[in-house]
Amino acid sequence: MISGAEMMVKCLQEENVTITFGYPGAVICPFYDFLEKTEIKHVLVRSEQNGAHEASGFARASGKAGVCIATSGPGATNLITGLATAYMDSIPLVAITGQVNSELLGSDVFQEADVTGACESFTKHSYLVKNVEDIPRVFKEAFHIAATGRPGPVLIDVPYDVQRAQAESFVYPEKAEIIGYKPRTKGHSMQIKKAARLLESAKRPVICCGGGVVSAGARDEMIAFAKKTGIPVVSTMMGLGVIPMDNDHYIGMIGSHGKPYANRMMNEADVIVLCGARVGDRAIPNPKGVKASIIHIDIDPAEIGKNVNAHIPIVGDIKSVLREFTKEIGACPCDEWLKKVQQAKQEAPLRGEPRTDFVEPRAFMRDLSSMMEDNAILTADVGSNQIWAANNFNTKEGRFLTSGGMGTMGYALPAAIGAKLAKPRRQVVAVCGDGSFQMSMCELATMNQDRVPVKLVVMRNRCLGMVKELQDNLYQGRHVATLLQGDPDIVKLVQAYGIKAAFAQNNEQAKALAKEMLASKEAYVLVCDVDPDTPSI
Amino acid sequence: MKYTLSVLVENQPGVLSKVSALFSRRGFNIDSLAVGVTEDPAISRITIVVDGDEHIVEQVEKQLNKLIAVIKVKNLTAAGSYVSCLLMLVKVTCNTKQRLEVMKIAEQMHAEVVDVAANSLTLQCAGTLENIENLTGLLRPYGIKELVRTGTVALERGSSTAHK
Repeated sequence: MISGAEMMVKCLQEENVTITFGYPGAVICPFYDFLEKTEIKHVLVRSEQNGAHEASGFARASGKAGVCIATSGPGATNLITGLATAYMDSIPLVAITGQVNSELLGSDVFQEADVTGACESFTKHSYLVKNVEDIPRVFKEAFHIAATGRPGPVLIDVPYDVQRAQAESFVYPEKAEIIGYKPRTKGHSMQIKKAARLLESAKRPVICCGGGVVSAGARDEMIAFAKKTGIPVVSTMMGLGVIPMDNDHYIGMIGSHGKPYANRMMNEADVIVLCGARVGDRAIPNPKGVKASIIHIDIDPAEIGKNVNAHIPIVGDIKSVLREFTKEIGACPCDEWLKKVQQAKQEAPLRGEPRTDFVEPRAFMRDLSSMMEDNAILTADVGSNQIWAANNFNTKEGRFLTSGGMGTMGYALPAAIGAKLAKPRRQVVAVCGDGSFQMSMCELATMNQDRVPVKLVVMRNRCLGMVKELQDNLYQGRHVATLLQGDPDIVKLVQAYGIKAAFAQNNEQAKALAKEMLASKEAYVLVCDVDPDTPSI
Repeated sequence: MKYTLSVLVENQPGVLSKVSALFSRRGFNIDSLAVGVTEDPAISRITIVVDGDEHIVEQVEKQLNKLIAVIKVKNLTAAGSYVSCLLMLVKVTCNTKQRLEVMKIAEQMHAEVVDVAANSLTLQCAGTLENIENLTGLLRPYGIKELVRTGTVALERGSSTAHK
């Protein structure tokens, strides 16, 4: 005989889970009791939302589903923002929550919350396990669903009595057999042929690279495709890092906070190849006004035609589609066009000069970028700091991780912790503002507890810069609730956690301290004094 | 325009809530919804009548297909001809003098009398939405005390099925 809790842990072992991020509570204790007996590492987070973000950072850096754990009621509801963040960015997570005894479900007992109901629109799929015998199948399916097709979070809610119930034996299924779930991976060859012919005759073609290219691990395929065709590439925020900023074919990030010349190029294009891009409003604010013919490649058929009409839809895994596409396509006569947009990129002035009274964040991001290792991972939070990082950090062989879809403040620090635990040998730097820092600063304790040597840059401008900028532009400068007052001395606060911290007043200091920070073997927090009136772009 | 969709789903708890949550989250309008088990007890069929244009109904189909518990979505309106039907129970006010009159209407409209009381008659009628609405219109002058309708259920004409 074997208990449900033991089976849950065995399932994680079967899935080769090496690390979990969680926060316990009464009704998840049976599971924790068995988890402790295995080699699976458990990171005790300081709030469940951060647990989901840490699992997300781990998933993005490792390419495997991240696992987070919470108890019932408030534990589970705290998890929701993290799950929603992962859902919007298509990050594979398996979230395990404890639930009250199944016979008490619906009776509003202590710490009961209908988490599967609450998460309906924030998860790819969810399970409320009613029978102990179902545990192996449910876990097998959950990991399969989370990581295949368009990835996303899957929730498994397990009542206390189901964890304690006994089953005859534990048999882990070899395959997940779900009749309603068969994601298409191979693109239709006729569609690829049609798309190739259209591109070969295009005069001003553009490739728009989205987060789907990153999820598919199709970086090399994308670079090869751009190289063979000679077509210029732009990126959405989620697609940053697929093509290095200094690559000849790469032009820049599009969107409301992107490069003006990249947006202009999208408007002038006659054919746009959307690769794993869902045409979010921040990337393409007026999809109905797009004049170009669209070739839309996505693994999720529902994304095709959702926000923009596709002339040639190709449903499939981007990696395999791009391979076929590169084989199929000949030369595209767009040299002149490429030269024109390359020139626009070169002629565009760099924004933000180093300062002596403040740290100019855009100039600093470029300095930081040039000092970091080629395969470094940068996590950017949400707000002005996200835009400073997105526009000025050059992701060479590494990764750029941010909450692009949901725009969840407080994402950078926990995501960096997860990423560092996935890739301990890589440099991992998080960038946030003083607003977002205070949303997840409790994770400094997690960093300290597990000795995770993440480097954190806090752009302290004493305000919620992005919203303040909005109020400057649209509300006649009335700064309502955007000036941060009563904030702690961040350096002292970080030191109180037993973590090294330093303060930079200007760009010269910031550059010198960043060097020290990157050289440090331990965690390090660099606080930069930033002018509150620095524009985001 | 109205579209009738036939959706085969796994017969599991929570599936209906996933489907209806999808409709509310994406802002799709449901005219009617009917759910019941099929010839295979592991599979239920949800028949949904959606109000919207071609673009909306395409999104409805794609979003439904994304739900893991959804096995197959068939747009019956787009596929061609189908038979559809719904069921109504209606309690009509009528005294003894009016009783024969109402029973005559019921007979002509292929409705059945399922309950008789001193001051009311309850009729049961299965038919297309149009039939049901015609009957309702004819009964309204007598006074409708209570009325209940199911959602529309539908099957394709001919020998093809939603699975194939």
